Amino acid sequence: MDFSTFLWTTFAVFVTLATFSFLYKDNPFYKFAEHLVVGVSAGYFVIILWYNGLVPNLFDRLKDGDWYLIWLNSSKPWYLIPAILGILMWTRFSKKYSWVSRWPMALYIGIATGVAIPLEMSNRVNKQLFATMTSIDWTNFFGHGHFNLLDTTSGLSQVIIFVGALSALIYFFFSKEHTGWFGGVANLGIWTLMIGFGASFGFTVMARISLFINRLQDIKAWGIEALDASPRANPNYGPGFLIVFWLFVAFVAGYIVYELVNYFRSRTVQS
Amino acid sequence: MDIFEKMMKLDRRWIFLFLIIVCVVTYAIPFKVPILVEPEVRSIYNFIDSLPPGDIILVAIDYDPNNLAELHPMTYALVEHAWRKKLRVIFTALSQNGPGMAEQAILDISDSLKQDRTFNGVHFKGREIKNGIDYTFLGYKPYYALVILGMGQNFRLPFPTDYYGTPLDSIPMMRGVLNYDQVAGVIDLSGGSITDAWISYGQGRFNFPLALGLTGVMTAQYYPYLGSGQVFGIMGGLLGAAEYEELADNPGRAKDGMRIQLYAHMVIILFIIMGNVGYFAERRRQKREEKGR
Repeated sequence: MDFSTFLWTTFAVFVTLATFSFLYKDNPFYKFAEHLVVGVSAGYFVIILWYNGLVPNLFDRLKDGDWYLIWLNSSKPWYLIPAILGILMWTRFSKKYSWVSRWPMALYIGIATGVAIPLEMSNRVNKQLFATMTSIDWTNFFGHGHFNLLDTTSGLSQVIIFVGALSALIYFFFSKEHTGWFGGVANLGIWTLMIGFGASFGFTVMARISLFINRLQDIKAWGIEALDASPRANPNYGPGFLIVFWLFVAFVAGYIVYELVNYFRSRTVQS
Repeated sequence: MDIFEKMMKLDRRWIFLFLIIVCVVTYAIPFKVPILVEPEVRSIYNFIDSLPPGDIILVAIDYDPNNLAELHPMTYALVEHAWRKKLRVIFTALSQNGPGMAEQAILDISDSLKQDRTFNGVHFKGREIKNGIDYTFLGYKPYYALVILGMGQNFRLPFPTDYYGTPLDSIPMMRGVLNYDQVAGVIDLSGGSITDAWISYGQGRFNFPLALGLTGVMTAQYYPYLGSGQVFGIMGGLLGAAEYEELADNPGRAKDGMRIQLYAHMVIILFIIMGNVGYFAERRRQKREEKGR
């Protein structure tokens, strides 16, 4: 690792700690990290959009035309139509002409709706309905080949999915009072939903811990580099590495001491 | 204040601190946890493993840095497996910050491919991965639904050039590759709603084999598509990535993180039990007090 990479890695570790410091309380370091992420993401996206969207899809296609003829003499002048529609979107910033932006918006929503409705209906409603109401596999009711209650393709699973889906739908049927057998089925629906939410919660915990694990792995990699930074341990490293490392440690330790002093002071005032 | 009341009013920062200590301690102590491979991950591995050399797969890297922790290990394990099997890969990145993720993964995995390695007892000689021959990176285009539909007609419609500005017709790997018909399957690694578009506008419209690599938060939501046969495999969160690493015999960051997951989940379960015990004890006490009156 060269010095500049080490410096950037140290900065990444600092931003990581700044982000996690929010778990204690909101503070200026967290705010800095938060604003940095938003700013960098927005800046990166603008450049990506320019070079991956506008340049190849518009400017490259019109480049054989002349700008002083507003590219009307290019071999593909029809690409000017979406460009004009795109420019019209900007009229939203004018109180007087903001109505013009409704034209490109209407076209866009019209196309998107036309494309979306049949495909969404077919793939996210009909196919799911068919999958729920599939014929029960009686021959492999308790699992394929051997007894396995966790086999998601067994006949028993198909029954559970059908009953679970139906009872969950009944729970959301409010035109009849949830009493008697109807209330019982609705209650089963709640249990089905709770099992679903439980699975989602478990996965969400895993996702959040994964983020922390990733940062731990990066910090460990940085720590190994930092501990190996003395010129005696590794002749490729100069004293600059150690200075950065100890400055960083001193900074973090200083902030923790500052917070602790503030905390004990506020307790003394309260008492 | 009795112990149950204390349980209910515990400052959340103590939970965070305890969780951090458990995570750091378990990470500092190296030990292995068994990884049980689920059929939905195995089917993705088997799919890649069964393809003949030279076949093309499309890997959609549709995630931003905020999902890197979970999805990067999947990309690394899956693409390394594909390249070791001498498959050719078309990469797309339909998420705003996806191109950076894809480029980083391509460079890192290409570096790894240079080394001789043995996976599952099979020795693979190191080789140079070449842009345009082993892979094509198409990059990012806005409005992912229209891009997915456009690629179904011709990759050249939404992507006249690759990410680096080379016209698709000048790329050796893309000669004769018109649309999804020439692609053996699509693996979407996604941290957002782009997955829905791959299911509805991609697999639903063009009927190609589709597998998903998802963040943990999304995973449970997409299991119905596995049951309906619309997707043939799902890798869910870091666990899914660890399962793929286990199958590919290529341990990476996901497997490394699973021992922390184990103890972190135990901590969460412990606090859930504490919270519930506190809640029910409090409710019982309140009922007793009401009866006493």
